[in-house]
Amino acid sequence: MQLEQLVERFQTKDPGAFEKLHNMYSENICGVINTIVKNDVIAEEICQDVFVKAWHNAEKYNTSKGRFFTWMLNIARNAAIDELRSKSHKQQKKNLPVDYFVGIADDSDDQEFTVDKKQLKRLIMNLKEKCTQIIDLLYFKGYTQKEASEELDIPVGTVKTRNRSCISQLRENMSS
Amino acid sequence: MDVKKYIDSGILELYVAGQLSDNENLEVHKHALENTEVLAEIVSIENAILELSKTASPKRTYSFDSIKERILKSADVKVIDIAKKESNWSQYVGWAASVLFAAGLFYMYTQNENLKSELEVVVQENLQLEQQISDANLSLEKSNELLATIRDKNISVVPLGGQEVSPTSYAKAYWNTDQQKLFIDAQGLPEPPDGFVYQVWSLKLNPLTPTSVGLLEDFVDDENKVFALNNPNDNGSEAFGITLEPAGGSESPNLEQLYALGVVAAS
Repeated sequence: MQLEQLVERFQTKDPGAFEKLHNMYSENICGVINTIVKNDVIAEEICQDVFVKAWHNAEKYNTSKGRFFTWMLNIARNAAIDELRSKSHKQQKKNLPVDYFVGIADDSDDQEFTVDKKQLKRLIMNLKEKCTQIIDLLYFKGYTQKEASEELDIPVGTVKTRNRSCISQLRENMSS
Repeated sequence: MDVKKYIDSGILELYVAGQLSDNENLEVHKHALENTEVLAEIVSIENAILELSKTASPKRTYSFDSIKERILKSADVKVIDIAKKESNWSQYVGWAASVLFAAGLFYMYTQNENLKSELEVVVQENLQLEQQISDANLSLEKSNELLATIRDKNISVVPLGGQEVSPTSYAKAYWNTDQQKLFIDAQGLPEPPDGFVYQVWSLKLNPLTPTSVGLLEDFVDDENKVFALNNPNDNGSEAFGITLEPAGGSESPNLEQLYALGVVAAS
């Protein structure tokens, strides 16, 4: 079944269609959350909450929100960032390092946060740091172009084109 | 539209990242529907991000059943618990409040009515008490007046004794010669039968000449049985007598019905 039809049926609260969408995207959505909270157990909890929330807000989705995955991505990022800001999380992880997930491949041996390093390394092979940073900010941290330009200290106009070339490299690595 | 230029602008990457406005999103969507090249590019960008995010996916994997359970359960909860309960709760509180208010209002109303009627009773009692006080004052005044009268130094007291018709009867005459007043204390006389009245006579003994002084009217209703009469006769009364006469009195006394008689002591 086509993605559009699944989304339509999901919007009429069809649990079967929702299950298919869930199975299509759960690994990715849970992964996005994990890049932020960096804890498998917490990420999984939030991920389930995100899908339940998506179900209850199904009627709010429309094409002006972008792709279905993009809509889910937004909900997931917000939920994960809320968790980071929550009191309980701050108590658990007092010193949260501000780092970039995409550049984590080399130095992470965290037991709570598992990453498929082999695959990650393959994907970001030859990507410069400025690329891994901009991808992380725009896709996983939800920064706007303006916020990203301030964070990376580059002109706003550059964000769009640099991101384009970085994603292109990523796609090349995927197909190679 | 130059499709290649459009794709190269990097807008589709931002579209997938969710960094465009609603209007920009709709525009991209429109282009994607019109142009398969644009759509293919979008799907390909999305796949790259999917692939990248998948590498961070948590090791543990849950089953969709746990989500299914939650969405179906919460659907019930939503309908029954949240929607109905909340509105009912406020509705019940509203009704309860208005019932309480009405009950309270009714209670206050009846309380007020009771107080009003109680007040009326008290006012009535107060009036009665005032009347009694006034009556008592009047009676006291009368008694004082009477006492003052019989204590007057110009008073002659004439005891009238019972006669053949009624031997146990008696009366007293207090004669104020100065003011020509005669007070008859008729306490010792029986009540006159209906249609009869006691008549008081001033008598001269030689020869026996009776002159009417007056009637003891309203004998039964008079409480102290002291009657004030004028005795305008000369001061030559030598005796006083009381006879029972038909109502209205008689010209001359019926001596057969003489109840009391007394002679004025010679001074």
